[in-house]
Amino acid sequence: MKTDFKLIDSILGKYGSDKSKIIAIMQDVQKEYRYLPEDALMYIAQEVGVSPAKLYGVATFYENFSLDAKGRYVIKCCNGTACHVRKSDDVQKALWEATGMTPGQHTSEDGIFTIERVSCLGSCGLAPTVMVNDVVHSKMTPEKMRELVAEIKKEANI
Amino acid sequence: MRFNNVNDFKTAQKQFSAILGAEKNKVLVCSGTGCMAAGSKAVYERFIEVLKEEGLPVSVAMEKEPHEGYFNVKKCGCIGCCELGPLVRIDPYDLFYAHVTADDVPEIVEKTLKNGEVVDRLVVDEDGVSYPHLTTDFPFYKGQVRNLMEHCGNISAESIEEYIAAGGYNALCKALFEMTPEAIVEEVSASGLRGRGGAGFPAGKKWSQVAALPADPVKYVVCNADEGDPGAFMDCSVMEGDPHRMIEGMIICALAVGSEVGYIYVRAEYPQAVARLSLAIEQARAYGLLGENILGSGKNFDLSLSKGAGAFVCGEGSALANSIEGKRGTPRPKPPRLVDKGVFDRPTVLNNVETFANVPMIIEKGAAWYTSVGTEGSPGTKTFSLTGNIKHTGLIEVPMGTTLRTIIYDIGGGLKEDRVFKAVQIGGPSGGCLTEQHLDLPLDFDSVKQAGAIIGSGGLVVMGTDTCMVEIARFFMNFTKKESCGKCTTCREGVPRIQAILERITMGQGKMEDLDMMKELADTIKTCSLCGLGKTAPNPVLSTMRYFKDEYIAHVQDKRCPAGVCKDLCIFRIDQSKCIGCTKCARNCPVDAISGSLKQPHHIDVDKCIKCGTCKAGCPVHAIEEV
Repeated sequence: MKTDFKLIDSILGKYGSDKSKIIAIMQDVQKEYRYLPEDALMYIAQEVGVSPAKLYGVATFYENFSLDAKGRYVIKCCNGTACHVRKSDDVQKALWEATGMTPGQHTSEDGIFTIERVSCLGSCGLAPTVMVNDVVHSKMTPEKMRELVAEIKKEANI
Repeated sequence: MRFNNVNDFKTAQKQFSAILGAEKNKVLVCSGTGCMAAGSKAVYERFIEVLKEEGLPVSVAMEKEPHEGYFNVKKCGCIGCCELGPLVRIDPYDLFYAHVTADDVPEIVEKTLKNGEVVDRLVVDEDGVSYPHLTTDFPFYKGQVRNLMEHCGNISAESIEEYIAAGGYNALCKALFEMTPEAIVEEVSASGLRGRGGAGFPAGKKWSQVAALPADPVKYVVCNADEGDPGAFMDCSVMEGDPHRMIEGMIICALAVGSEVGYIYVRAEYPQAVARLSLAIEQARAYGLLGENILGSGKNFDLSLSKGAGAFVCGEGSALANSIEGKRGTPRPKPPRLVDKGVFDRPTVLNNVETFANVPMIIEKGAAWYTSVGTEGSPGTKTFSLTGNIKHTGLIEVPMGTTLRTIIYDIGGGLKEDRVFKAVQIGGPSGGCLTEQHLDLPLDFDSVKQAGAIIGSGGLVVMGTDTCMVEIARFFMNFTKKESCGKCTTCREGVPRIQAILERITMGQGKMEDLDMMKELADTIKTCSLCGLGKTAPNPVLSTMRYFKDEYIAHVQDKRCPAGVCKDLCIFRIDQSKCIGCTKCARNCPVDAISGSLKQPHHIDVDKCIKCGTCKAGCPVHAIEEV
């Protein structure tokens, strides 16, 4: 996807190109592209008046920002304490297997799946949990995880 | 409609109360994070759909006039017992249904809403006893005192009118028109309210320090809603269930310290809390409760949301301040403290969600009322998120000083699947574990600290004997290693060293010297790191070594994991008396380590076994165990 600078301009406008708002600006840009394209970052740095190095520093500090394109389905597998003691490791393993991905791999080659291991989704009462895009799935088991991936594959026509 | 003065407000409040009071048939669908995850949104939508299909009058927002003929369908705040979600409450019967799905809705509408009959299969049933009025008869709620969460489950979480009708913003009126800023600080100090975010610092003291500083040009009131401790969701539930309570507390704080600008720093992993807060801020602004000239008093205060971007360390005050300023969220050296030089180097009051949410009731009912609950050193109630291997998981609110035994066995119903209690992790990755010897310890700031843990924000993760404490320590070090911001060498380099040692121990390659080495590393990290994250990072290791030393020794010397968790130290064995000889395990084994003939008990060749666990997962009679 090509970066639309008019869109970036409108986001910058919303925050008055305020230096202290660069996190919010990058969040909005990431919402559009699901990652931070390099040319967009360079442009933002120039417009708000910070060095590209500083902006890069902020972008890489926070876990939510991604400098690589994400897949169509971002699956966050929770490994918070409550999920961990209810065996979220087994769910995570099933997720890797079902998607054919390997630990450490961020996005699948076909651009369908992105797997992220997160530390708490706040639904600890229904642990273990998994979030697909913005929807939380609760009381997961390896079996349910495989079914969920199969459903997504069906939806994505693969 | 804007309230231009206190009379406008009181008139509207009377009207709202009359309307809310007239509502008769209500469907309150729990829309806390837990229930939402279990599908309560679909349930809510389905109720509206079915009622419309049936031609019944539905109302989803407060009507203009009192009217009892509607079916009022609402999204309410967290009812608490997440395990039972999605929960639905039906009034006027005060009837609760659990595990409700969208498919159950037509039956509920037909039987309960139209004919007043109970759908028995949806009523909570435990050990043969049914609990139709959940919040008054279910053991989970006995021993709880729901002050902070009083609205959750009773009114809509998205309606400012209902909050006002229930007495909301009365405390603000009192603070605005009947109290001086000094009197507000005085009342909060007298209440003994201590910060609910971790350290338990007295809120009144913090406020008085900021109040004493000049507001030239500006002072800030900031709410720490970056609840990052894994296993904790109390603040999330307060923000989602009763957002105005916290906002009201912040406005009162601003009046007390003379601030006109506030921020709520909320973590981005809570999209629903962000949405509810944004809505609540807009609603409060529209009524003139937030913004310029609040209720015609001449006082101003406005709030904006600052969304976190996934850095645990930003829950630390000075790191949070840097993050609000658009910088990397690394902590700053102290002094100066935040009260002197906080956000943009200006005096800043930083309290967490629950602390602010306590303020309106202190102002309205007075410090004397507030101190009547809880202990002398820690007054009031505290919310805890009760999770892990416990029967009833969820959000609870109990008086400070309630014992762990009451929480785990009376409220939580004991451990899941009759496991045996081993420990509870309290206070997240910075906290520690409490064990059987602490079951009668009153949970308040000082007693828990003495036991070597912290209340923290209030996460309680219950663990049974099938949890390996060495592995749990490794898990926390993994977390802290990932979340260390890298500023201090001791935390950045020390934590990974401890983590590597623990990794070795769980793989059966530990040495006795490792234990001393970890202790030494831990002491150095605690002494030399700048922020709260670093200073407390080794706590999980220290506290598990303190209470479960023999478990460490079993791993190191006997190469054995007593809990049967560390795969490298376990062997898989087939219970000969249980095996039915179905051959499934032998067929599934990727390395052909299992032998045996049909209908005869099978055997695992431990030399060939790679401990992948496939056999155990697939065994239809649970005959395979790890020992």
